[in-house]
Amino acid sequence: MKITRAQVEHVAQLARLALTEPELDALTGDMDAILGYVEKLNELDTDHIVPTAHAVPMENAFRGDAAHASIGTEKALQNAPEDSDGCFLVPKVIE
Amino acid sequence: MQLTDLTIHQLHDLLREGKTSAQEVTRAFLDRIAATDERINAFITVCEQEALQQAADADARIKAGDGAPLTGIPLALKDIFVTEGLRTTCASRILDNFVPPYNGTAVAKLKEQGAVILGKLNMDEFAMGSSNENSAFGSVRNPWNPECVPGGSSGGSAACVAARQAVATLGTDTGGSIRQPAAHCGVVGLKPTYGRVSRYGVIAYASSLDQVGPVTRDVEDCALLLGAVAGYDPADSTSVDRPVPDYRTALKEGVKGLRVGLPKEYFIEGLDADVKQAVEQAIETLRELGAEPVEVSLPHTEYAVACYYLIATAEASSNLARYDGVRYGQRVDEGSGLIDMYMRSRAAGFGTEVKRRIMLGTYALSSGYYDAYYLKAQKVRTLIRQDFLDAFNKVDVILTPVAPTPAFRIGEKTADPLQMYLSDIFTIPVNLAGTCGMSLPCGLSQDGLPIGLQLIGQPFGEETLLRTAYAFEQASDWHLKQAPL
Repeated sequence: MKITRAQVEHVAQLARLALTEPELDALTGDMDAILGYVEKLNELDTDHIVPTAHAVPMENAFRGDAAHASIGTEKALQNAPEDSDGCFLVPKVIE
Repeated sequence: MQLTDLTIHQLHDLLREGKTSAQEVTRAFLDRIAATDERINAFITVCEQEALQQAADADARIKAGDGAPLTGIPLALKDIFVTEGLRTTCASRILDNFVPPYNGTAVAKLKEQGAVILGKLNMDEFAMGSSNENSAFGSVRNPWNPECVPGGSSGGSAACVAARQAVATLGTDTGGSIRQPAAHCGVVGLKPTYGRVSRYGVIAYASSLDQVGPVTRDVEDCALLLGAVAGYDPADSTSVDRPVPDYRTALKEGVKGLRVGLPKEYFIEGLDADVKQAVEQAIETLRELGAEPVEVSLPHTEYAVACYYLIATAEASSNLARYDGVRYGQRVDEGSGLIDMYMRSRAAGFGTEVKRRIMLGTYALSSGYYDAYYLKAQKVRTLIRQDFLDAFNKVDVILTPVAPTPAFRIGEKTADPLQMYLSDIFTIPVNLAGTCGMSLPCGLSQDGLPIGLQLIGQPFGEETLLRTAYAFEQASDWHLKQAPL
């Protein structure tokens, strides 16, 4: 086994996904099969290989430190499930 | 010949000469959508009134002598492009009611030219899939055979063009999501070099692999539409500041003396016999036109799928963390706190494949596994990219099949994610290498399904791809075949 049911539950917590019992069962099997397949990469010796994060070589992109127009509060909030007083509203965090 | 059978360049000529109007053309496509989309399901949203208004504006612009190549041309967009005031779902329940407050750069460029936007196209949810079966809005059907998938994830973009519901469309390609559906639907699709087209306003799946590209009826339209959306954009710091050539002027240079690489790792057992024959015939056609086939090797090809499914899922798990039920999208709140709200909203909003990839990516990035999976995959990515750079020391363009088989049947691979992933084996390496590739029709299978030819170019070698494709297209008539719809 590449991954256990308990590990899958832990990953679901990290990923902020409230999965059902049947989903957790199915994912344990799927992830085990896929992780078994990707083991294939270990056939390759990559000790001295530099990792590629982006295929096109690029440097940090800086813009001038100047104010720009933005979409504004009203538009930014137009899709919010809940908002109040120009802010996004979330469930109470602090008791 | 009906208006809906014409290409961008043909319609542009008719519009300029006053032989038709943008309103007449737009009406024809809206009628075609109404007559066919119940069977195809390519559209998530059709915007009839807006499209007719844009067409009227385009007619006024053309009359004033101010027409651009895309003025009055009816196009449609994969529902991954954010469009101001027009619902954008990414084919997910979690964005079911999302109306973006701005246009992405590619969309803004089309609108500046006065293109008509007919609507938003179905796709695999968050662009995760190879068959379009992972949509919250139902599967798209292949116009050549409704029992078959159109490919994915830009299945709606390809099926729409094949069904003559729009002149051309935009899609996105992370592991083959433009090229594979283009092949399965018998149309032309191009994935540009990473950085060629801005990703600003394109809902992110795997940011180091995603790229915007055209799906069209012929190679000239492909050149035209690519030129319209390409270019540096300060809003996407990964777009590359490099002049955009006039891709159409390159088309007619021919292929005499062009060295065409044939990677032996792509002509393997398991390749469908009809696909093999069609691709070999295409090689013969190019040879007759003066190209020189050369065998090359891309030795790390067999590791590409494994490499991709670690990198893409890792990036996806990070990108999709933004769907938290706070700023946009669906919220499920049962009053048991913030974390619980996140977890329920995401669980209710995402489909099975999206959850699977978020889980895999989260695991690959998690403490204790990062080096073994994510970092390892990034190193293998270096080897895969180097394979291509080495091959391009010997050849000008690489030629392969797009997919190992023609379109498979709906439901055939849904039970086995790994089998589904392996159907992208010939397209994924191009995204990992960050270079450009395109798909064009090169045959029909014995069952009457389209077969695609893949051309792969050097980084920023789109002109070579397009002129090779154009030469082949001029010598064949596969692009003229129509889906029996």
